[in-house]
Amino acid sequence: MSSKYDVLVIGGGNAALCAAIAARRGGASVLVLEGAPKFYRGGNTRHTRNMRCAHDAATEILTGPYTEEEFWEDLLRVTGGKTDEELARHMIRESKDILNWIVEQGVRWQPSLGGTLSLGRTNSFFLGGGRAMLNALYLTAERLGVDVEYDAEVTDLVIEDGMFLAARLKRPIKGETEIRATSLVAAAGGFEANIEWLKQYWGEAADNFLIRGTPYNRGSILKMLLDKGVQEVGDPTQCHAVAIDARAPKFDGGIITRHDSVVFGIVVNKHAQRFYDEGEDIWPKRYAIWGRLVAAQPDQIAYIIFDSTVVTSFMPTLFPPIAGQSVAELAGKLELDPAALEKTITEFNAAVRPGTFDHTILDDCVTEGITPPKTHWARKIETPPYLAYPVRPGITFTYLGTRVTKEARMLMADGKPSANMFAAGEIMAGNVLGKGYAAGMGMTIGSVFGRIAGREAARHAKN
Amino acid sequence: MHGTRILDEADRLMTVCNSCRYCEGLCAVFPAMEMRRAFSDGDLNYLANLCHSCGACYVDCQFSPPHEFNVNVPQTLAVARAESYAAYAWPQALSGAFARNGLVISIAAALSMAAFIFGFAVLNDRSVLFGVHTGPGAFYKLMPHNAMAALFSAAFLYAILALIMSVRAFWRDIGVPIGGRADGGSMFQAIRDAGELRYLHGGGVGCYNEDDRPTDRRKLYHHLTFYGFLLCFAATSVATLYHYLLAREAPYPVWDLPVVLGTLGGIGLIAGTVGLFVAKLRRAPELLDENRYGMDVGFIAMLFLTGLTGMLLLVLRETAAMGPLLALHLGAVFALFITMPYGKFVHGLYRFAALVRYAQERRSEAGT
Repeated sequence: MSSKYDVLVIGGGNAALCAAIAARRGGASVLVLEGAPKFYRGGNTRHTRNMRCAHDAATEILTGPYTEEEFWEDLLRVTGGKTDEELARHMIRESKDILNWIVEQGVRWQPSLGGTLSLGRTNSFFLGGGRAMLNALYLTAERLGVDVEYDAEVTDLVIEDGMFLAARLKRPIKGETEIRATSLVAAAGGFEANIEWLKQYWGEAADNFLIRGTPYNRGSILKMLLDKGVQEVGDPTQCHAVAIDARAPKFDGGIITRHDSVVFGIVVNKHAQRFYDEGEDIWPKRYAIWGRLVAAQPDQIAYIIFDSTVVTSFMPTLFPPIAGQSVAELAGKLELDPAALEKTITEFNAAVRPGTFDHTILDDCVTEGITPPKTHWARKIETPPYLAYPVRPGITFTYLGTRVTKEARMLMADGKPSANMFAAGEIMAGNVLGKGYAAGMGMTIGSVFGRIAGREAARHAKN
Repeated sequence: MHGTRILDEADRLMTVCNSCRYCEGLCAVFPAMEMRRAFSDGDLNYLANLCHSCGACYVDCQFSPPHEFNVNVPQTLAVARAESYAAYAWPQALSGAFARNGLVISIAAALSMAAFIFGFAVLNDRSVLFGVHTGPGAFYKLMPHNAMAALFSAAFLYAILALIMSVRAFWRDIGVPIGGRADGGSMFQAIRDAGELRYLHGGGVGCYNEDDRPTDRRKLYHHLTFYGFLLCFAATSVATLYHYLLAREAPYPVWDLPVVLGTLGGIGLIAGTVGLFVAKLRRAPELLDENRYGMDVGFIAMLFLTGLTGMLLLVLRETAAMGPLLALHLGAVFALFITMPYGKFVHGLYRFAALVRYAQERRSEAGT
């Protein structure tokens, strides 16, 4: 490994590889430092499956147009206005070209997967999933002559007056070293796997969080940059959380531990009490709120409870539901108070009004006279066996990041742009995504800003 | 719970995969899986035989080892596939042949070739065995045509019977009701899918071999082997027609159809099997069912021997080596025939049946 590169990319996911490829295509020598071992390379990208790009007409795999304006409206809605309009519109415009550019880097598309038809018009799916996408990007990067190091933990960044000079590196076999580069692209993700950091905002509750990605998403680069004078963006206390099976591993359970059966039953906490309207909204919005809701419950645990009539209404699950022939038996298996659970279900059943069930729309099946109500899809839970999934908050990503310009250039705390530091991906997602989420947007941010950051970093290095 | 450890594991994996579905665009296995929520033994054997072992789902899977979910679909289905060959073998008394298949095939081949050499030596005068014979009927100076035809017809018919019975058991077990037949459209689709090895392509880039760089080499080698085999079969069929319809006896001139077909087929068999063997040696072990190494290599070796002895016989048929070479070639072909129902040959039939079933399922799902 030569000691000086034109462009140093820290991180190994979609944004990092797009940056590395774009920089290399721009004529720069490029080193990618991935902190994880090869198998776990790519951070959250390995668990993704699609990307949201604007397009003016249907394509081979997209069922219809998705205009820039519509994309912008969707972004505005999910973020509740917490976004940088100029940056966001720029990203959306660039996303149109990414749809083709990413294919030129070896990534292959396929139509939306079974069970995700609602995304068929807006989102392009990676053939073989996120790890297949990563594999393609790595093969392309290596073919172009990008150097890649795994297990490469960056321990310090040497930054003077907003100017990156070098990165200090600890490697398990080759030991410590310092790498100098003319430009830096930081694409090392958020801090969702850093429980201690999460505890600063969530307290001891964070011990009960499950992390959907690898244990390597510790946010150490983000922290170094913020500590060294880069301006921060996004709410540090917030993270994207969904309800995932409580039996999932602490880290890296990925997408298969999720549950989307909330609408087909009720959700109770450890006291066997309901705590939120299970029929509030349609997928995917409801999907994104339940992690947060469970996080607010005692011991950060909840139970989705339904009966045998709805088992085939949702996708098959990794972990089977826990079953009981009676409500009391189920309560026993869940270690809930049987009398309390029986009371909750009896009251719920008594409150259900007749209606025409249709889970694809906001139907007219509602409850009356209970708090909280279930405002859609309310049906009695009365056909044994009674079934349950225990769920906990599954943390996907964090919103805190480095502020950037349209050129993906980091801004320093004093408002001045950094001379040679660029950021892409989750580490700067908070610029456009102040809160909320819409499927595939993380990958859009990664590819669009990764490509911009790589291009600009190479341009700086070659000047 | 299923009958065997490997089916339990296949069931576990299909449950994992069915809750993920990222691989559904790679091949036929995952779309077929998605049509089910629970998996019977027959379902799992169907999926196992639908898998072409391209390896893409392993390389693309975020849960493959060392991940704790330990998802290795290609290897698990390879083991399940090999066990299904034994499970459906007819008669069941011979299913044990799959357990140490390399040994069984080697012994069958050795005995068969030895028997022909011994038979030729006992029945023929030394001067005939090592004599130079040319012109029509030359081969039959060593073994009368009717004896040859009777022996090989018997072996061939037995193989056909055993294969039909085996595939029938498989066909019933993968969910086709008794008497249920394949419709023409599904058959045609399956012939196309098998003929072009549509699912040995890693979703479009090729299959995975020794590393994470996909290629199309195994597909090429398999095409050479398979079409080489078909050409050799066609050569024999044409020769049989010549014999009975036109009363023209082998050996035929080098420009004549049976020899041209046989030569092309022989070259394909030799090049293809060598390629497949080398690819097998180099393939990443985590993708393979290594216990079945003998079965795979045994079949490759039988095809190679058939091709090689056939080509040598063509080149040296006007020399004194013709007699012994004819014995070797007939021995190899005889062994190939009688071991067909009890070796890797069956993979083609089960996979074809699975492809027909898949085409049927796709058509009924699409409502046509």
